[in-house]
Amino acid sequence: MVRALRPLDRKLVRDLWRLRAQVLAIALVMASGVALLCMSLTSIEALSETATAYYDRYRFAHAFAHVERAPEHLADRIRLLPGVQSVSTRVVRSAVLDVPGFDEPVIGQLVSLPARGEPALNRLALRSGRLPRPEAPREVVLAEPFAEAHGLAPGDRLRAIMNSHWQELTVVGLALSPEYVYTIGPGALMPDDHRYGVLWLGEAAMQAAWDLDGAFNDVAVSILHGADVQAIIAGMDELLGSYGGIGAYARADQISNWFLMNEIEQLKSLASILPTVFLAVAAFLTNMVLARLIAVERSEIGLLKAFGYRDRDIAWHYVKLVLGIGLVGIGLGWAMGYWLGLVNTRIYADFYRFPFLLYAPGPVPFLTAALASLLAALLGALGTVRKVTALPPAEAMRPPAPPLFRRTALGRFRAFRSLDQPTRVLLRQIGRWPVRSFVTSLGIGMAVAVVVSSMMWLDAIDRIVDTYFLQAQGQDVTVGFTEPRGGTVTGELARLDGVVTAEPMRVVPAKIRFGPREERENLQGLPAEQELHHVFDAAGRSLHLPPGGLTISTMLAQLLGARIGDVLTVQVLEGRRPVLEVPVVGTFETYIGSPAYIDIRALNRLMKEQASVSAVHLRLDASRRAGVFRELKETPKVSFITLKDAAVRTFHDTMARTLLIYISFFVAFACILAFGVTYNAARIALSERGRELATLRVLGFTRAEISYILLGEIALLTVVALPLGCALGYGLARLFVGAFTTELFRIPLVIEASTFGLSIVIGVVATALSAFLVRRRVDRLDLIAVLKTRE
Amino acid sequence: MPVPFPTAAPDCGVPTLHARGLTKIYRSGEVEVQALRGVDLDLAPGEMVVLLGPSGSGKSTLLNILGGLDTASAGEAWFRGSPLTRLDDRALTRFRRDHVGFVFQFYNLIPSLTATENVALVTEIAARPMSPESALDLVGLGERLHHFPAQLSGGEQQRVAIARAIAKRPDILLCDEPTGALDSHTGVLVLEAIERIHAELGTTTVLITHNAIIADMANRVLVMGDGRITEERRNTERRAARELSW
Repeated sequence: MVRALRPLDRKLVRDLWRLRAQVLAIALVMASGVALLCMSLTSIEALSETATAYYDRYRFAHAFAHVERAPEHLADRIRLLPGVQSVSTRVVRSAVLDVPGFDEPVIGQLVSLPARGEPALNRLALRSGRLPRPEAPREVVLAEPFAEAHGLAPGDRLRAIMNSHWQELTVVGLALSPEYVYTIGPGALMPDDHRYGVLWLGEAAMQAAWDLDGAFNDVAVSILHGADVQAIIAGMDELLGSYGGIGAYARADQISNWFLMNEIEQLKSLASILPTVFLAVAAFLTNMVLARLIAVERSEIGLLKAFGYRDRDIAWHYVKLVLGIGLVGIGLGWAMGYWLGLVNTRIYADFYRFPFLLYAPGPVPFLTAALASLLAALLGALGTVRKVTALPPAEAMRPPAPPLFRRTALGRFRAFRSLDQPTRVLLRQIGRWPVRSFVTSLGIGMAVAVVVSSMMWLDAIDRIVDTYFLQAQGQDVTVGFTEPRGGTVTGELARLDGVVTAEPMRVVPAKIRFGPREERENLQGLPAEQELHHVFDAAGRSLHLPPGGLTISTMLAQLLGARIGDVLTVQVLEGRRPVLEVPVVGTFETYIGSPAYIDIRALNRLMKEQASVSAVHLRLDASRRAGVFRELKETPKVSFITLKDAAVRTFHDTMARTLLIYISFFVAFACILAFGVTYNAARIALSERGRELATLRVLGFTRAEISYILLGEIALLTVVALPLGCALGYGLARLFVGAFTTELFRIPLVIEASTFGLSIVIGVVATALSAFLVRRRVDRLDLIAVLKTRE
Repeated sequence: MPVPFPTAAPDCGVPTLHARGLTKIYRSGEVEVQALRGVDLDLAPGEMVVLLGPSGSGKSTLLNILGGLDTASAGEAWFRGSPLTRLDDRALTRFRRDHVGFVFQFYNLIPSLTATENVALVTEIAARPMSPESALDLVGLGERLHHFPAQLSGGEQQRVAIARAIAKRPDILLCDEPTGALDSHTGVLVLEAIERIHAELGTTTVLITHNAIIADMANRVLVMGDGRITEERRNTERRAARELSW
């Protein structure tokens, strides 16, 4: 094939082959950028397309509302709202479940299915078995993840407390639903398929159990294309207000969809930051290699010019060299990116439950990645190529003047004068080309930075767990009720055998307004001095709740644009639905959510109610937990039971399944980065200084001694790179933390010393590996050839 | 591994270097080049030998094998009775370090080190070196101690290279075309330096050159052609370097 090419192209092919190890090292760095970009873009595409297709195919509703009890005919009135396409009413209730072989309490979300046919909206994707028969009220379809967690299959049985009565249910099918792509229990941060699941039963059975004959307590609507969702929501609120509606909300605020869309947003941030780092480093590497390659090829360039090759022919020749390297990188990056995208999307599909997965990435992500990386490489090569064309032929054919070293201030130091000659060579080399040396350090530093900013997540997660769960939550269990209970319930639970302390909590759903801004947020009433569930500042302080008003999270303050002293309008969405004017008396920083707290007695007063409780926090005697769980399973009107240690475990497990996989990708890429930079720096130094090193060998220096000069320089630059990398890593982490902040999570910028330490070790190991490979080349230096040729 | 070389003063009866049947074949792909075809050679202590011959006659190959830079394909070479041709890379490095001084056609100085430092490079690792300043004094560069190579002329650079080669007080000084890159006047200055060192230190010296005139300063002249020593003659009268010109 080579024969059919023009001579200059043959040179190109042979140059690429001769430099194959370096070409591969640069290509790998470029490939990392391309792969990351492809992975993020294909995952975004796959997730978005899968979600859209799933939502369309299974008719995921556009707006939702929950009420206490509304007559069935109200559905017709909702249907008449302008823009509404179809309406689906149902009964949705929580129930304590008893799953055979699982001691801890389990909460089920029970959702009714119409007596005939499939529901108009939020249809089930049946995975096995069948739907319940209308005449069989004890038949149930389970959400597949919940069934998998407990090993339940059609034919198995479980029990549920339906309105204070234990009912035995028979599993007839397993299903997924677009409404529960992400199944998260009340008060939980992560899905816990062991302790929270969705169950679908026949409408008649649900209505009978909760005395809702001819009525519904939950409604979902789909709207016509182009219709105004907010107007429909306002219309629904008006219709449902008098039936105990707590406010309709759009699909965007539906919890499962909200999490999924948040994830896609985070992926988009990922797609913009990390690949940029890799592509920038690749551009720098291309520049470094090309600049030095051309320095070596000066005489050949002069010769070509003397033969009459035009500047642009020669420039194009070197541009093609860059393109050649780029194409190898892109090819590798595409392959890695496709595979990583698939792995990544599968992780998501496991976490967010879809009945199918559309992973058929179109050409756009791949072309985008290719174009971005080629541009980066060409940009990196630009300066060098311009320098080539500027060389007059005669000058180009003369060997470059020997580098001029001068005595510097360095030599005046006694410490420098006491150094041996190889060390002086090493130091002067760095001093002679400070920019080049710094840029090499910067490259290695970038690799360390990527590791620091990736591992930072683990520290951040630990900090969140520590503050949110371990320090703030002194309770072992939280028991929530389906409706507010009298204050005596706290005492009743406290008296259970095995309960050490009980603390009440009142939660009131509300819309909080300040000026033109409105947020939906629960008011959480806690004792002014909390014993179990603390209002905990991110700075590590436990807060006292003043009786005169609301203590709100800085996130909520920011969303509302409110400060301490401002009076907020709180429209309660429960009971008599009073509209209250409450001042902000304090703010605090929190990592999760945007909560608003108030002294429970003040809240009861504002609600004009006797001591009233929505949930109770309990601390248990560890040896008698099982007994308490047994009692709690029998407690009526319980809507949720949260176990703190299970929540912590789930949080960690989920993070391990998702975040750790990411981190390992990034650490691998960072190793490639460190390797690519050091390998190229050392190889180029070797080709430039082979003659010098061979001379030293002839003079009687051992291989180890001359390796010291070459690799000592790399080692010294690495030493500079490490603190630089840590500082850059901190900056990069800051960038990530900023980009990943959502209403739900604020990632604390915490980097432990051990993270810096491990990043440094990884950087050093990657550098040492490339040094080892170059060292083997030092061993093969041709001592004779080098002595007979002029520089 | 013990170093197989005596460091004590040599017995005058034993040649410093001694070779029998040295053969070297280079293989590059399918091409085979026979660079040496059975060379026999004895170098007496304190002797100055000039190797003459056209390009490709095998001069450098012979010098490289004698200096421990290359290994022979066949034949044997001994340094003071110890076999050189059976040494591994490590022992050859030790041999060069302790006993051999090299001077190259293109100086091969380290650009980032001054004249003194280039010499110190060798004295730091040698067993019984002279001071870098004394070595530079011997080649007449006592005034240019702290100049970097780029600040020295070609002749000065070559004299630094000679100072570097002899500062360790080597037993053998091997010079491969030391004046090849210099004009006649500068070349003579360099030869004078070599001559002076030979006289003052009594170093066995081998000098490769194309230039037949230089042969006049040697004790013995070996002419090489096609991988063999084709002619050997002794100069009954040696000429001083300063008398030479070309």
